[in-house]
Amino acid sequence: MKPLTWQHGLGILGFGLLVTGSVMGLTMAPPERHMGDVSRIAYIHVPTAWSMLLASTFAFGWALTSLWTGKERYDDLLAGSLEATVILSVLMLPSGMIWAKPTWGVWWDWDVRLTSSLVGLLLFAGILALRTFVDEPKRRATWTAVATIVAYVDIPLIYFGVRWWRSIHQVQSSPETVSGGMILPWRINAFAVLFITLWFIAMRSRIEAGRRQLEQAGEPERIAEAVA
Amino acid sequence: MIVLRQLVALIGKDLRLEWRRRARLLVVFVFGAMTLLLFSFALPETEMLVRASGGLLVLALLLSSTLGLAESFRVEHEDRALEGLFLLPVEPVAVFYSKAIANTLFLLALGPVLAPAALILYSVQVDPSAIADFALIWALAAAGLAAPGTLYSGMTSRMRGQDVLLPLLLFPLVGPLLLASVKSLNLVILGDAMDQLGSWRNLLIAFDVIYWSIGGVLYPFVCEEGS
Repeated sequence: MKPLTWQHGLGILGFGLLVTGSVMGLTMAPPERHMGDVSRIAYIHVPTAWSMLLASTFAFGWALTSLWTGKERYDDLLAGSLEATVILSVLMLPSGMIWAKPTWGVWWDWDVRLTSSLVGLLLFAGILALRTFVDEPKRRATWTAVATIVAYVDIPLIYFGVRWWRSIHQVQSSPETVSGGMILPWRINAFAVLFITLWFIAMRSRIEAGRRQLEQAGEPERIAEAVA
Repeated sequence: MIVLRQLVALIGKDLRLEWRRRARLLVVFVFGAMTLLLFSFALPETEMLVRASGGLLVLALLLSSTLGLAESFRVEHEDRALEGLFLLPVEPVAVFYSKAIANTLFLLALGPVLAPAALILYSVQVDPSAIADFALIWALAAAGLAAPGTLYSGMTSRMRGQDVLLPLLLFPLVGPLLLASVKSLNLVILGDAMDQLGSWRNLLIAFDVIYWSIGGVLYPFVCEEGS
């Protein structure tokens, strides 16, 4: 395998930007008018949510490409994108809950955005579970792609649901609706989480490719031992 | 046109298959009624049961559906019947829609059993003029469950762990559909003072259209890999 130079560069850049954006968000950005300092968690929560939506969209794109071309490379990228979606959802939901407790008074509310996000997490985690049950690589690739395309129906609900059913979760902010000092740390962290996500997808897809090549070489016992 | 003729023939075959295994239908009906009984243990007050009756009915439908959906493709693997169908050749899309329609009819048939059971057990009073709305919502919920359920059943029917995987994949997927069904049924049962039923019904129709379209497009890929 080729060395992962540019991918690691993305990771290093992402983590560097994340530290910069978070420090700016914590120290330089103004506090939110009503919520005060507690809203600074938004500099992590919102970029995580954006990248989760992007990672799931990448997964959808790779799923279509994988079905269309039948090439294994796209299944590797699909697997990496699915894992990124699940991990980002797992980070997004608790960070939102930590924000919700002091502002809404509860950790959780059955609001459309929260419910559809939890549904999304369970959907994509279910697809990862499906992958572990299918041994034959071609079949695993097809079924993962099919399940991903079906599951993606939930993603527009997560994004637009907050506008369609006005509930407790606020609608999307934009540079026009927030203070000028908040925009830069938000943008920096948005790119930071995106770069880390891309780095993660590249790494995981590389591992998936290696695993598949070992499987095709007929050494499932060795892989099982290595994974265990 | 050939696909349509195949579809009609396959629906006939699937319905005959269901009829010949009607003892299994009885088991599913009893299972659905039992879930309604069990829900009443969690909500002991009649007023709470009445308010939750729409949701409990939908959950009973969902839990019962997994029994029927899991079986719909499993039976096709006996004597490699599905392979035989594809060799005839029958179009995969016709196989999917015949199974989905048969599953929808199967879930529709649960309505006349589960709804009266819930009305009696939960002391729910429904205006007779609302029965048409009730039936329409039930039909939309059944169709919305049947399409993705059939697709996933086709995928998982020969897999180890099907009993775990089918609900694991299906339940979160149909979450929004279940929510819309619960809201709609509650509006039918408890009254619709704000005239909200139309928008929830339209949402159900949208889900049905999406799931039935996607299922038909994706099933040929699934069966190519030996469902």
